[in-house]
Amino acid sequence: MSTISEKILAEKSGKKNVEAGEIVEAEVDYVMLNDVTGLPAFEVFEEFQTKPKKEKIVLIPDHYVPNKDVASAEQAKAMRVFAEKYGIKNYFEIGKGGVCHQLMIEEGFVTPGRLIIGADSHTCSYGALGAFATGVGSTEAAAVMATGRLWFKVPETQKYTIEGKLGKYVMGKDIILTIIGDIGVDGALYKTMEFYGTAISSLPLSDRITIANMAIEAGGKAGIIPADEKVFDYLNGRVKGTYKAVYSDPDAAYSEKLEYNAEEIVPTVAKPFLPENTAPASELGSIEIDQAYLGSCTNGRIEDLRMAAEILKGKRIKEGVRMIVVPASKAVFEQAMEEGLLKVFMDADAYVAGPTCGACLGGYMGVLAKGEVCVSSTNRNFVGRMGDKESKVYLASPAVVAASALTGRITDPNELR
Amino acid sequence: MNKKIKGRVWRFGDNIDTDQIIPAKYLVTGDPKELGKHAFENVRPGFYKEARVGDVIVAGRNFGCGSSREHAPRALMGVGIACVVAESFARIFYRNSINIGLPVVECVVEAEDGEVVEIDFEGGLIRNQVTGKEYGFHSLPEFLLKLIDSGGLIAYVRKQLKK
Ligand code: SF4
Repeated sequence: MSTISEKILAEKSGKKNVEAGEIVEAEVDYVMLNDVTGLPAFEVFEEFQTKPKKEKIVLIPDHYVPNKDVASAEQAKAMRVFAEKYGIKNYFEIGKGGVCHQLMIEEGFVTPGRLIIGADSHTCSYGALGAFATGVGSTEAAAVMATGRLWFKVPETQKYTIEGKLGKYVMGKDIILTIIGDIGVDGALYKTMEFYGTAISSLPLSDRITIANMAIEAGGKAGIIPADEKVFDYLNGRVKGTYKAVYSDPDAAYSEKLEYNAEEIVPTVAKPFLPENTAPASELGSIEIDQAYLGSCTNGRIEDLRMAAEILKGKRIKEGVRMIVVPASKAVFEQAMEEGLLKVFMDADAYVAGPTCGACLGGYMGVLAKGEVCVSSTNRNFVGRMGDKESKVYLASPAVVAASALTGRITDPNELR
Repeated sequence: MNKKIKGRVWRFGDNIDTDQIIPAKYLVTGDPKELGKHAFENVRPGFYKEARVGDVIVAGRNFGCGSSREHAPRALMGVGIACVVAESFARIFYRNSINIGLPVVECVVEAEDGEVVEIDFEGGLIRNQVTGKEYGFHSLPEFLLKLIDSGGLIAYVRKQLKK
């Protein structure tokens, strides 16, 4: 009868059942804040004059760290000071951390069945492990730091089934871009997207995280993939606390059901200025690029780096193009180093940087000049997202980003085979 | 919250994202007044200079999509925007607005830049003073009205903490 969202929200609000549309007040397992959304939340929190629910709070500076200027240094400092003042242990200084969502998963905060909120819209990424996770604003995050609880409107759920075998160089990014291109940037507004099918279960966790990560790009409140052995194996030895996986009932009520044939999904690119403006990479071969960006919570994991390195190995990036590689966390960075991937990138003349959000949000380390074009493994291509308002971002998979860096124009990697 | 307001319209289209409302490079402060100075800077240069306290934004679908930055509704409040009317809202923007006290109304309204609309929050009615056309809307669910009545989320939490 119930969907995963309904079950988790019922359990966390102490009810037997809840239905889509109901408003509940639920106990949150974790609340995550970053250096941009943290400061306003701390200011609100101080107004409550209370002690925080320490164990539930995770603080991760990632957007503008290492600090890009004095103002961002002040923001990051506010987070450090807050953590010290209240003795919050889950604070991840640079050198230990990375992009907040990657870290939340790596550090074992995210499990099936948990209710997690974050003052960052891509908190929905955690649904890849079967959690109900969604982004909120700073005031709400402050409220949860104080009370451990928050109100939720139980969302309706859409069911996406992707059956079949994905083609060569087709990644999770292509699946979610195809879906967003189809339903539009508000196609899942307020709703949970649940993903099923053999194409999904055959994907590694990293690609599943990419899919859940971009649910918000369709307006979704959450993007959930039912947990399986791959998730349990991943959590083994890293999980904090215990957990219980939750699954939708066979007769759960869905607002929509959509089906896709994995064989029809091709390397896909979202053109400026919305993630819904999709086209096959093979049709955009005339678009010349200035920059190729590989990183972010969407596609900065080891599997993404491996894919790009496979394409770049022994080759050189096209003259006149720059490539920037930003592993999403320290662990990814180390692993890439051990596997020799960083060497592959550097031999190809890519610039490799330490973990940060960096240029994904137009912060620093790869900001675009007027008129420049970037093919990026990130999740947003809004006006001015990565720099000047007249710059352009094309969203693509790590495979397309790497192939494009070699040719200097948007390229379907299958073209290079 | 005033029960009725009247304001000059700023018309926007569909999918106005948070990067348009407040570009990320200004996310180094939470102060509404400071943020307001850069509201819509890339897409509507001059918005900050020309907007007056009490103006109203009328937009299409999915207003406020993109990031969870509360800086977006804060920037609009900093400029003095009295209400955002849109065909639909991105959910985090919608929640943020309610929580910080920026009225948001889901309603399809025909109004152009500079026209004046009257919004009756209790009656659920918007009237375009220039065209004379009226548009009805559903008021917020009861829980959210209670939340606003108790003074927004901050006041609500204070009350809970006292219990
Ligand atoms: S990597 Fe980009 S999308 Fe992800 S949290 Fe950082 S700024 Fe946001």
